[in-house]
Amino acid sequence: MASSGRPEHQAPPEIFYNDDEARKYSSNSRMMEIQQQLSERALELLALPEDKPCFILDVGCGSGLSGECLTEEGHVWIGIDISSSMLDVAVDREVEGDLILGDMGYGMPFRPGTFDGVISISALQWLCNADKKYHQPHKRLFKFFSTLYASLSRGAKAVFQLYPENSAQLELITCQAMKAGFTGGLVVDYPNSTKAKKMFLCLFTSGGNCTLPKGLGTDVSDDQVAYSDKRLTFGKLKGKSAKKSRDWIIEKKERRRRQGRDTRPDSKYTGRKRKPRF
Amino acid sequence: MKLLTHNMLSSNFVKGVTKGFPLKIMASKIEEKEVDFNPEFISRMIAKLDWPALYTAAGDIKKAEGLPETITENYESNEDFLKIAHNLLLQVEIIEGDLICPETGRKFPITNGIPNMLLHEDEVTGDK
Repeated sequence: MASSGRPEHQAPPEIFYNDDEARKYSSNSRMMEIQQQLSERALELLALPEDKPCFILDVGCGSGLSGECLTEEGHVWIGIDISSSMLDVAVDREVEGDLILGDMGYGMPFRPGTFDGVISISALQWLCNADKKYHQPHKRLFKFFSTLYASLSRGAKAVFQLYPENSAQLELITCQAMKAGFTGGLVVDYPNSTKAKKMFLCLFTSGGNCTLPKGLGTDVSDDQVAYSDKRLTFGKLKGKSAKKSRDWIIEKKERRRRQGRDTRPDSKYTGRKRKPRF
Repeated sequence: MKLLTHNMLSSNFVKGVTKGFPLKIMASKIEEKEVDFNPEFISRMIAKLDWPALYTAAGDIKKAEGLPETITENYESNEDFLKIAHNLLLQVEIIEGDLICPETGRKFPITNGIPNMLLHEDEVTGDK
């Protein structure tokens, strides 16, 4: 996806996810793995009551990869998607959940108070596009969020993993969600990395536990600077430590850790020269 | 499409429809699939279900045999009742047919077990 630009720019979802594209979601193991990781994280953020089978809605369920995670946890789900090719793949894969062909911008076709939770993987950004002449993104988003709010039971949560194109798009989405009555906000995993960074919009209905979970890789408190009245020496002020020095290596490893990448732990051997006879 | 899904579906998102529930089922092909019995889930769902709608739906597809017209008292501990409900809610699948909106008569076709809830431009509310 990264190589070919944003799929939203290429075609409307019902056309972009054709048979060819849909097949990738059942044969391309890399794509499947990413989808599964995202679903697991979304489910973790949803924090459903343990040992209690819940009734979940999967918005933009596609080939049902995210639904499989739900089935594994013992929940029952309904999936809704706009691409019939993707849904056919889901039927072929014999997923447990029930599937519905629908456009989320038209509103959710459900009775009030139905679901215990909602997950959605990489779907919401599609709503920001006007693919038809009569589409108005902000109205479609509001329609989606307001009908979704109605179909949720009291205290239910909704977690959307999304790839917003820019901050304006993100603001458009959150603004419409708040207008529809949701509370909550954005959880960002690995905010310091371009690649591993993932955004989850966590929305709450009233009557539930409304504390926003923390994103992964954000435990370094970088919003405060420690005060020290010591005079800074000129050498420190110069910034970066000398290349290949122990300090430089440790700084680099720290940076990688913040980005959520695999990094060996620091030890007394870190940055030590090997013996010449090695 | 399972009857559990049908019991939750409503056409209230179509322009001019206020309740849009329950949708009438016209089924031409029905299958039964084996699904694990989970009494806890079924009893949780029964509390949420609209039982008369389920009874009518079961009648529409001629599966109402042995189904009580109202919810049995103390259903949480009544395994026979839960099994009947489980079979009806999760094991019966409508593969081909139509869903019909009770107010406008709009048909939503079901193909390959997937109901098509897509709308035409003029049916969308507040989108114009």
